[in-house]
Amino acid sequence: MTFAITATQLVRTFDSNRAVDGIDLAITSGEIYGFLGPNGAGKSTVVRMLTTLLNPTSGTATVAGFDVQKQTQDVRLRIGVALQEVALDPKQTGREILDMQGRLYGLNSARRKERINDLIELIDIGDAVDDLVSTYSGGMKRRLDLAAALVHKPEVLFLDEPTTGLDPVSRAKVWHEVSRLNTEMGMTIFLTTQYLEEADKLAHRVGIIARGRLVAQGTPTDLKRSIGADVILARISRDDTDKALFALRSLSGLDHIEAKGDSIVIGVANGSVSLSPIAVALSNAGVHVLELTMRTPTLDDVFLETTGTRMQEVATT
Amino acid sequence: MTTTSIAPLLARRAGFVRDLTSVARRALRDTARDGSAVIPALFIPLFFLVVNIGSLQTFVEGNIGNGFDFKAFQLPVSVIFAVTGVSRAGSLVIDIQDGYMDRLLLTPISRSTLLLGLMIADLSLVVIMTIPVIILGLIIGVSFATGFLGMLVFILIAATWGLAFTGFSYAIALKTGNPIAVNNAFLLFFPFAFLTTAYVPQAQMTGWLGTAANYNPATYLLAGMRALIMTGWDSRAIGQAFLATAIVGSVSFTLAFSTLRGRVRCK
Repeated sequence: MTFAITATQLVRTFDSNRAVDGIDLAITSGEIYGFLGPNGAGKSTVVRMLTTLLNPTSGTATVAGFDVQKQTQDVRLRIGVALQEVALDPKQTGREILDMQGRLYGLNSARRKERINDLIELIDIGDAVDDLVSTYSGGMKRRLDLAAALVHKPEVLFLDEPTTGLDPVSRAKVWHEVSRLNTEMGMTIFLTTQYLEEADKLAHRVGIIARGRLVAQGTPTDLKRSIGADVILARISRDDTDKALFALRSLSGLDHIEAKGDSIVIGVANGSVSLSPIAVALSNAGVHVLELTMRTPTLDDVFLETTGTRMQEVATT
Repeated sequence: MTTTSIAPLLARRAGFVRDLTSVARRALRDTARDGSAVIPALFIPLFFLVVNIGSLQTFVEGNIGNGFDFKAFQLPVSVIFAVTGVSRAGSLVIDIQDGYMDRLLLTPISRSTLLLGLMIADLSLVVIMTIPVIILGLIIGVSFATGFLGMLVFILIAATWGLAFTGFSYAIALKTGNPIAVNNAFLLFFPFAFLTTAYVPQAQMTGWLGTAANYNPATYLLAGMRALIMTGWDSRAIGQAFLATAIVGSVSFTLAFSTLRGRVRCK
């Protein structure tokens, strides 16, 4: 097994702020790795260190087999990067930007033409490629930015929140392209996102980062399974919370019980088997149940399990 | 997970010259598309040439006498006004703010070409800025004692001065990443432009202004350029003009490239 990305105890501090706090990574070649976390969790700082834009304060990392601090040029030749903010020159046309990227990666004229034609098709930009970037919509800019990262067919592609700000149609297109680049070209993809659905849908493995630390890692299925096969959500009166928790904790077979606002989140191995005993236990305890629903766990449930808060709550604090 | 093998490495280092031409091509395209930055910069020296001659010619020529040609004396001042401070430093700040600088830094580009490429575009622009001012000078009756070749040397001195001065703007742009700070870099131009022989010959200057002019590189720059118009091939004056430019350039380039190193270092 070869690793496209490794990191050992990667740390980055900014003054007294420990933005990245001892991250370990081992991402195999050909993998799509989803790096999931709320705003400010340290995702972009990790990307900037892995792509040679920022030195770690301590720890080591390799990308495509090369040390990100000592072999920067070797790393740069092998990576493509689409940063969180679209990085384009509005006074150039799309074609000029792609051509310049090709030049800087040493592609000859014929190869640049071929790659640009391929990429125009890939990002579905048509004749607009010869218009100034300042005239592009947000979605077009995002797609051109992705194309600029792909001109030299990198081994490892870093996508830092590639769909933030995109409409659902453009988001679906990016997802499709990410999957295609991985399956057809074998490209390793390191994808940061704050969208649970994106990580769930695209990534072979997901790492959950919170406050600079990797708090959970695994396939989306395994991560979700770790908190129970099903989740039962009981919406109750807030006054009944203590009674409900007491009643539920006396039941066997419940993997996880958490009070969140006016809801009790219960992780169980088999939802259809546990639903009835839960309803009975709550009723016997005199809890007024407003709603009782069952669903499969989400990555947000995993985030809740590992950090004690939901992603949305962290993002807004 | 895929089992498809990875394609062979397509990228390689393009090399210094290719990096340089790539950055310069982009900067020249930007310059060509940005007429709003060029036209006012050209208007100011043409305006000063006309106004200074109109208001001071009779006074200065009357006081100095001996057939002193104030129009010829003023032409280098206007040219220096045209070329000093012309740079892509503002665009560099926008690149930093927009993240395009990061896009370039993610490539294996030779870091020094990020500045040198812009400077090539600056050099082209200062040559272009010089020509209309010289044409206006010729129209109003200025002639070059050194002929056409002298005119080319005149443009060369002006262009190298313009280039030497760009280093200050780039240093400020890279240090601050702030467009307002870059716009205020023109304040550096004032002591160079006015504590010198901009309006009267050095022999007529006395007191602190005369002392300041003695230490101002622009004094020697103007003397060399004026010699090409008014005197002839005065190798000492021309040599001092190039030397003054080299001194300013070495200071400003040292500042600019050390600031660039600080900016691109993976801090």
